Amino acid sequence: MEKTVNIFLFGKKYEVPENLTIMTAMEYAGYQLVRGCGCRNGFCGACATIYRIKGDKELHACLACQTKVEDNMYIATLPFFPLVKEVYDIEKIPVNETVMMQLYPEIYACIGCNACTKACTQGLNVMQYIAYAQRGDFEKCAEESFDCVMCGVCSSRCPAGISHPQVAMLARRINGKYLAPGCGHLEDRVKEIKDGTFNDLIEALMQKPIEELKELYNTREIEK
Amino acid sequence: MYSEQFKDSLSLVEAAREKNIANEPVRMTAEQKEKVLASFHPDYKMDEFSVLAIGPNKGDRVPKELAEILQAHSRITADSVCLEKPDYEADVLVIGGGGAGASAAIEAHEAGAKVMVVTKLRMGDANTMMAEGGIQAADKPNDSPAIHFVDAFGGGHFAAKRELLKKLVCDAPEAIAWLSSLGVEFDKEEDGTMVTTHGGGTSRKRMHAAKDYSGAEIMRTLRDEVLNRKIPVIDFTAAIELILDENGNAAGAVLMNMETKELLVAKAKTVIIATGGAGRMHYQGFPTSNHYGATADGLVLGYRAGAKLLYAETLQYHPTGVAFPEQIFGALVTEKVRSLGAKLVNKNGEVFMHPLETRDVTAASIIRECFERDNGIDCGNGKGVWLDTPMIEKIGGEGTIMKRIPAMWRMFEKYGIDIRYEPILVYPTLHYQNGGLDITDDCMTTNINNLFVAGEAVGGIHGKNRLMGNSLLDIIVFGRSAGKNAAAKAKGVTLGKLSLDHVAKFEAEIKKAGIETETVSPKLLPNYTNQKSI
Repeated sequence: MEKTVNIFLFGKKYEVPENLTIMTAMEYAGYQLVRGCGCRNGFCGACATIYRIKGDKELHACLACQTKVEDNMYIATLPFFPLVKEVYDIEKIPVNETVMMQLYPEIYACIGCNACTKACTQGLNVMQYIAYAQRGDFEKCAEESFDCVMCGVCSSRCPAGISHPQVAMLARRINGKYLAPGCGHLEDRVKEIKDGTFNDLIEALMQKPIEELKELYNTREIEK
Repeated sequence: MYSEQFKDSLSLVEAAREKNIANEPVRMTAEQKEKVLASFHPDYKMDEFSVLAIGPNKGDRVPKELAEILQAHSRITADSVCLEKPDYEADVLVIGGGGAGASAAIEAHEAGAKVMVVTKLRMGDANTMMAEGGIQAADKPNDSPAIHFVDAFGGGHFAAKRELLKKLVCDAPEAIAWLSSLGVEFDKEEDGTMVTTHGGGTSRKRMHAAKDYSGAEIMRTLRDEVLNRKIPVIDFTAAIELILDENGNAAGAVLMNMETKELLVAKAKTVIIATGGAGRMHYQGFPTSNHYGATADGLVLGYRAGAKLLYAETLQYHPTGVAFPEQIFGALVTEKVRSLGAKLVNKNGEVFMHPLETRDVTAASIIRECFERDNGIDCGNGKGVWLDTPMIEKIGGEGTIMKRIPAMWRMFEKYGIDIRYEPILVYPTLHYQNGGLDITDDCMTTNINNLFVAGEAVGGIHGKNRLMGNSLLDIIVFGRSAGKNAAAKAKGVTLGKLSLDHVAKFEAEIKKAGIETETVSPKLLPNYTNQKSI
């Protein structure tokens, strides 16, 4: 007999096998998920969930697909959180802290409570990346926030109303587009292709009999 | 920390590590590869396939589970939906909110078309989000699109449609440049040189990555751009049938709100199917690395409207799905783990193959190692082999794992396994639909006018097996191209009267062929509930 635990989905008790994740436990209980379920592998942020263990006052946040059930777990899913996403033209924004002042001025109202960091389902230092964004240090903000899955739990805990994942998204795009070093070999290759440098080579491959292509493939040199 | 049951085998792996790092295993010959595939690859298990009795691919062999949904009833009857007053009208209708759909929407918008996106979950709920390892492009001086072509053509068993593959490899560098211009953060050296690695079956290091969040980084950036452009995204709304006009041209889709079940009609001058893959069909009972909505919807929509499929009998089983712990059973362990030096090791601590053979060959070899040779490790849900991740730190230096594959570290760390010091257990998982709708190099289907396809729903770009990093590439290259071409085509389209006659016709064919089924399709979502009653 499998060992079971009692969990409380939105307050209602269900007995489920102890080896399940919160997501599979909900399905075991009979929920056909539409909301709150995406990649089921910890990348998409669809299954943000908050829970408390009975007798413990601390509120935990997690991804339902990445977290095992525990006995006496009180669970509420957070399949949607109203993050504020400001629209902008990536080609025209200023690449300094004024862009943050214009689009996300509330980050300067951060009171340093660190609730965002404590709540992060990915274990990121959220308050720190917001501090980098305030200073216009987009490179550091991008690096610190890179593993963000945009689940929104941080924002749900923020007294200043900051939409942290969207601030970080902007910082990463600025960093990727404007601050990261340009790539010479990529530019060269794009130009070579435009100039038709490889046309003859490719056309030859398009016409070659299969047997010749097999020979070419099976004897090709492989870079170490 | 592994429990007692793994300890003996684990100590053999640890004892052999230094020797295994030094050992460069030989690659298989063409004959050896053919033999292991024919004997152990799931695509060759004939009793797992059915022959289609109706539709454009009548007589072709496809997985049983796919045959069932291709030859199923529609969710609607042709006369139950009023097409006179569409709820939405657009130049270009994009079905699917993954990487291909988002790229198509951005380019159609850029071309000045009125474009809209429908997606049955959220924008970005897609396999793109989960692609970890990287994206190929021949942009280094020792590489060329021609070399990329040969790698992919051979890896796909010389079956790719050459004009599609040509487009894939020749447009690849431009795709990377486009993503960079949108702000995607590729891993680079300080001088801007791309950090690139091998994938299985590549002859040059051309795998570009954004740590091991490559797809997530691409997807979130594309989604952000779609939102910045204020392109309408109708989420939690599935396309359940295509609409044709009286002349047989694609003209829109019947939509269903996933929560309220309300039916809606979208009318459009051109339609792009970008619905992705099929992992959640669990072919042959395999677990899958795919996202929740990967149920081959686009193939069903297209097939019922008369579009042809190509290579629908070929699936990709990623060699390294998680075999243990069971909570993440079937989840993807990126090929990049092997690109960075980790080798596959059996229960005796022996390296049994070169870690970077193509995916189909690697998967088949792991299955052989576990069953014919009985060198697998019992993982609870089935067998598996070791993937010796601590090798990465020994080869690349301490810190390599946290720098290059943090998502992998995090996924296992939650279950008490630190991949920097402990190897992991893997077994093949259903990963990719090699086949799909048949298109020409303008992304339009070969036999339905104004119906375009991009991404995993396309068949023929990769042949019968896909190389790592060529799928993130194809969603960008073909997504962009479909968007541009659909926008251009829409300019000259005058729609005739909308029709669902093809739905009625298909239903009649089911009856005529004597197919008895209660299945309706598209499936939209898998059912994992455990209801005991009703």
